[in-house]
Amino acid sequence: MSREERVYADPSMNMENEEYWKATKQGKLILKKCDDCGETHFFPRIICPHCQSSNTSWYEASGKGRIYSYSVVRRAPIPYAIAYVTLDEGVSMLTNLVDCDFDDLAVDKEVEVTFRDTEGGEKLPMFRPV
Amino acid sequence: MTRSCKAYIAGVYEHPTRKATDKTLTQLHAEVAIGALKDAGLTMKDVDGYFCDSTVPGLGGLVMAEYLGLDLSYIDTTETGGSSYLVHVGHAMRAIAEGKCNVALITLAGRPRAEGLTSLPARDTGNDAPERGFELSYGPAVTNLYAMAAMRHMYEFGTTSEQLAWIKVAASHHAQHNEHAMLRDVVTVEDVVNSPLIADPLHRLDCCVISDGGGALVVVSPEIAKTLGDRNVKILGQGEAVKHLNGGKIDLTYTGAVKSGPSAFSEANLKPSDMDYASIYDSFTITVLETIEDLGFCEKGQGGKFVSDGNLISGVGKLPFNTDGGGLCNNHPSNRGGMTKVIEAVRQLRGEAHPAVQVPNCELALAHGTGGQISQRHGSATLILGRNDA
Repeated sequence: MSREERVYADPSMNMENEEYWKATKQGKLILKKCDDCGETHFFPRIICPHCQSSNTSWYEASGKGRIYSYSVVRRAPIPYAIAYVTLDEGVSMLTNLVDCDFDDLAVDKEVEVTFRDTEGGEKLPMFRPV
Repeated sequence: MTRSCKAYIAGVYEHPTRKATDKTLTQLHAEVAIGALKDAGLTMKDVDGYFCDSTVPGLGGLVMAEYLGLDLSYIDTTETGGSSYLVHVGHAMRAIAEGKCNVALITLAGRPRAEGLTSLPARDTGNDAPERGFELSYGPAVTNLYAMAAMRHMYEFGTTSEQLAWIKVAASHHAQHNEHAMLRDVVTVEDVVNSPLIADPLHRLDCCVISDGGGALVVVSPEIAKTLGDRNVKILGQGEAVKHLNGGKIDLTYTGAVKSGPSAFSEANLKPSDMDYASIYDSFTITVLETIEDLGFCEKGQGGKFVSDGNLISGVGKLPFNTDGGGLCNNHPSNRGGMTKVIEAVRQLRGEAHPAVQVPNCELALAHGTGGQISQRHGSATLILGRNDA
């Protein structure tokens, strides 16, 4: 289980997503939903991609989801697993799978959010098997 | 029968280089332009429309137009990655139909190998790109993005690594006859599945080559085509589409070909079973498998069965594909394979493919390009082409 940790680059931020990164720094995963059409979207933006309303607001996600798909890059200097996780809230996000045996990963496996520090002290949401 | 068309492909050229250490980028663009015009029997002075993607240096196509000495009435620098050139062909056909130009030149060139690229890194779309903060830090490295599409396809439809391997096997059977192909050894299913895993479930031999070079196309009006002999190829239909992550509601088991294909077939008034040959973008084996399903050559989910047992091998199977060896074995200039897909389709329709892979009496062909990442945002473009007398 224990392996050398990768160095994660800082995420780029802007006015549309700084709240998201403030929340991850406090160990919270938040999502954006549209108050007009009710749809949650990812990645978060000010204008809803489904109905173009700018009446969007943040809410805290359950942090639970399932692996939609994944791939292990075994030949990287430090092997890692990239994945799309479909959150219980219905949206899928690109992420990494951590705290796991890569050979035990499977599509549809239940996972929960955890966080990893970036090189500049930000926190990236990642997922581990429940 | 004689089908009407709005424009013809009159000239094509594939640069023979696969490592262009001794050539500049603009020189490569110029060499493929000269080659395609010569193939058409035209000169740079005849060109009044120029189409290129962001592989040319400088602002849009301005620098290249100056370098080539072009006098233009039409320019289009649409950028949809490796599908750009099939988009350009459609745009050129429509510009010609509207009388805005008569001879359209389309170029692609690149020298990633000369610049030392040995694998495909994540594409950094820059600080202003809204998705960047939510993707780049997780290590999306092209191979693992396509691998996730394959993993999901396997989960939903039971597709196997052996089935994907048949796509590479077919490409290798064709590449053995291409003197310019980078990989000319015929491989077996076992060779593919026993090659090292690059990004589960894709093996090294599921991935395309990295190469320098480029290619060019010349699209002309019917009036000009009449003056150029009988090697012209009819553009019967074209369709394009963009697929993306749809606000996080994703499905990685299909590509934008589900829209570009029907659009092209509809314009041509033809169907998949009418095609004698298909050039299918092959950045990875999974790209081919999903695209074949999406274009309607088989039902969704049945691609694995369809590509097996040599069904894509010319002279053996029902859908001869990528008879130059494709991106998997021959050439993937500038990491953009759409151009060479069109060129090989034109060779087939002219009867100028290698005799060992030439489809007998090839009258109707399809070429498909994919640009970007099928598991993120990508462009898809489909062309339906016909022999001069089709």
